[in-house]
Amino acid sequence: MELHNIEKLIEKYLDATTTVAEEETLKAYFLKGDVAPHLKEYTAMFTYFSVAKEETFTKQVPLKPRKRNYKWLSVAAVAVLVFGIYYGNDYREQKEAEYVLHQTKKAFGLIAQNLNKGTEKLVYLNKFEEAKNKIYKTN
Amino acid sequence: MKQTEFLNVVMPFKDKLFRLAKRLLVSTEEAEDATQEILLKLWSKNDRMKQYASVEAFAMTMTKNFCLDRLKSKQASNLKLVHSNYTDGSASLQRQVEAQDSVNWVEKIMESLPEQQKMALQLRDVEQYSFEEIGKLLEMTPAAVRVALSRARKTVREKLIEKHNYGIA
Repeated sequence: MELHNIEKLIEKYLDATTTVAEEETLKAYFLKGDVAPHLKEYTAMFTYFSVAKEETFTKQVPLKPRKRNYKWLSVAAVAVLVFGIYYGNDYREQKEAEYVLHQTKKAFGLIAQNLNKGTEKLVYLNKFEEAKNKIYKTN
Repeated sequence: MKQTEFLNVVMPFKDKLFRLAKRLLVSTEEAEDATQEILLKLWSKNDRMKQYASVEAFAMTMTKNFCLDRLKSKQASNLKLVHSNYTDGSASLQRQVEAQDSVNWVEKIMESLPEQQKMALQLRDVEQYSFEEIGKLLEMTPAAVRVALSRARKTVREKLIEKHNYGIA
């Protein structure tokens, strides 16, 4: 019964009309050992196919160098960026402070100048005092 | 894509690439070199990799084309592939054909098949690809794949019977 089925499948197999599942059935039958003598040659075929599938690629693929370069490049870039922002900020703050100081000094200078002008005019107040004294003395 | 991610994508089918390369180039060393080359090429395209519907199919096609180019350039420069055990085969056959020997014979018979049939047999009977997948890979219609596969299977069988009878006699 089983043999009949296998023979049918073999026929389909040679015409390449079997499904993957049917081919699995055939493979299982031939790898099991107990094979009908007139189908012996298929044992070699199916054994070979399953052996061939065991072969693996063991060589290492050198992906690392390229990867590492990029990694370090990005690390370096980030470092430069951080330094730039950190020290750049400091520098900017210093410049800003200097500017503010300069402006304040200028403003104070202006105030002082104007204040002096004001005090200069205050001298005339003394005239008033003199005049007053003169009047009081003569009286 | 990171390296580990890439390896996770590539891992499941890297052996298939290697086996296809070996089927076409025969020599293990050359197949290893070819597989390495393909994986490096894939790695260099890894940013575009997500666009491909199936990375495996893409890689298999790359491998096929790469190996066929290799074979072509070899023929052009008159360098023959080293079939180290080709001549020895008939001698060992005259001794006695053991079961293990006939399994090895399948490999040698497959070497003698035309490339299309070789690949069809490899992709179907070893890797269990569907006819549609094989068709896309080999740029053939599924029906043409069936024809090639049928021929390949019949040839392997006939040659096995031939060898077998010869060995016994």
